[in-house]
Amino acid sequence: MGGSRRIPVEEIRHIAELAHIELTKEEEIVFTEQFNRILEYFSMIDEADTENVPLTYHVLDLVNVYREDEVHESMKRDEPLRNASKKEGRFFKSPRIV
Amino acid sequence: MKGMEGDVKIGLEVHVQMTSLKTKLFCGCSSDYRGKEPNTLVCPVCLGLPGSLPVLNKKAVEYAVMAALALNCEISDRMLFFRKNYFYPDLPKNFQITQYDRAGGVPLARNGYLYLDFEGRRRKIRISRIHLEEDPGRLVHLGSIDRSPYTLVDYNRSGVALLEIVTKPDIRSPREARIFLQKLRSILEHLGIFDGGLEGAMRCDANISIAGGTRVEVKNISSFKEVERALSFEITRQRGLLEKGIMVKRETRHWDEARRVTVSLRTKETEQDYRYFPELDLVPVELKEEFIEKVKAEMPELPDKRVERFISQYGLPRYDASVLVSSKALADFFEEAVRLYNKPKEISNWMMSDLLRYLYENNLELHESKITPAKLVEMIKLIDEGVISGKIAKRILPKIIVTGKSPSEIVREEGMVKISDLEFLENLITRIFAENPKAVNDALINEKAAHYLVGQLMKATEGKADPVLSSQLIMKRLEKLRRERGIK
Repeated sequence: MGGSRRIPVEEIRHIAELAHIELTKEEEIVFTEQFNRILEYFSMIDEADTENVPLTYHVLDLVNVYREDEVHESMKRDEPLRNASKKEGRFFKSPRIV
Repeated sequence: MKGMEGDVKIGLEVHVQMTSLKTKLFCGCSSDYRGKEPNTLVCPVCLGLPGSLPVLNKKAVEYAVMAALALNCEISDRMLFFRKNYFYPDLPKNFQITQYDRAGGVPLARNGYLYLDFEGRRRKIRISRIHLEEDPGRLVHLGSIDRSPYTLVDYNRSGVALLEIVTKPDIRSPREARIFLQKLRSILEHLGIFDGGLEGAMRCDANISIAGGTRVEVKNISSFKEVERALSFEITRQRGLLEKGIMVKRETRHWDEARRVTVSLRTKETEQDYRYFPELDLVPVELKEEFIEKVKAEMPELPDKRVERFISQYGLPRYDASVLVSSKALADFFEEAVRLYNKPKEISNWMMSDLLRYLYENNLELHESKITPAKLVEMIKLIDEGVISGKIAKRILPKIIVTGKSPSEIVREEGMVKISDLEFLENLITRIFAENPKAVNDALINEKAAHYLVGQLMKATEGKADPVLSSQLIMKRLEKLRRERGIK
């Protein structure tokens, strides 16, 4: 309870890294400020009494939407790679990972 | 054996493809991706194109429930899917659809176990959870993984249905880990949801620690043959460090199958931060009592039951029955052979001894060999009909396994027919007696010493002499000598 916890600039850097975004020193400060304002706003929700309210996982009132295990045609041969900016033969090409 | 000292704790995280499914987990693309041209079994869903919507494969849920029941798990009455976020091109969405057991998430099943009969003891291995998730695509590197200038990606495998089965750290040795995976494989094969003979259909990661050390995760173990090697290496490595008083670092290591070593993966602290959140493109799944009962009713015979049946129906010893049922292919082979020739004991003996030993020594699986139940039966019939001796059969069996030729063909080609020509054998015995006067004298006094002479006869005929007849002829000759020499 209570929205008093402020997130420090280190956490903003961590989130930026997870999102693969590079931030300048100035942007880090701006984002820290903005993140904390957003969280403060959300902290209003904490004031609601949710003691006996089940967790909302999905807003639709649907369960068990299935398909049968039947093969459907995949994309036409050249379609998958058509919009790929980088490819080699039949492969998508991506930067080296490790 | 090293690593059996009882201070080792191993937990496995096993990924199993439900290979009997025709389609992927969330789209209708064929899951039969092996040997297919790259990126031909893909659609907007498994390519993660914007606006596409995953829909759950019903059969996958049925199979998963079946597996959970077979592993004695509690099945959740309601389960959810989550997004596991990470930057890695093997999944084109930048997240994997999986299940999560925190933040309100519920996996398919929890708290199961299975029993292993291992080194004469019954061991209980607990299962913490089972969940459904999608397989990532296949990455291809030119040259070694750390030298390749870029990565090539094939999404044919992306979205194939996986079961993730996680054990508690109840496993005590690399050998036991292998037995566990074998049993798991046998159970899943008996359920008809999995073919372990397909490459990459069962993969696992292992958590391993030694008392006084730290938990280390080993990734990229590609089969149950590899698990024993990878874990043995890792135990030796950790023991070596501890003996030198060096701390074992808590880390993730990669099993390098080619070099047979584990190597440290350079990890950033942030790597484990997957920011799980609910997959809102999928609705919750309710697993109702009647659905679970229906699946239960359709479950085929499981390995433990089959072992009992093999004991009662065929009169096999428990050990033999459990070895045969350790693999569905082996058990099916046995029953097919018995159907062709009702001699379960003989068939089991040949399978347990020579067949399995050959497969084990050559690191082969039954389906990789060319022997069939019909060929094994034909060989046993040749023995029973007196055409070949058991000794010759032992030499023929590996040839059947390797070439797939019929036993009678091999016998004919190699002139292996058992020698029961009386005159030929009598002449040979005369010669052997002449060459071994001391052995003959021994045998005259002590009947047991006659075995040596029988052995010489077998040696002289390269095992082709009829063993029963040869032994009778030698005994007769000895008896005759005793009479001549007046020995009682």
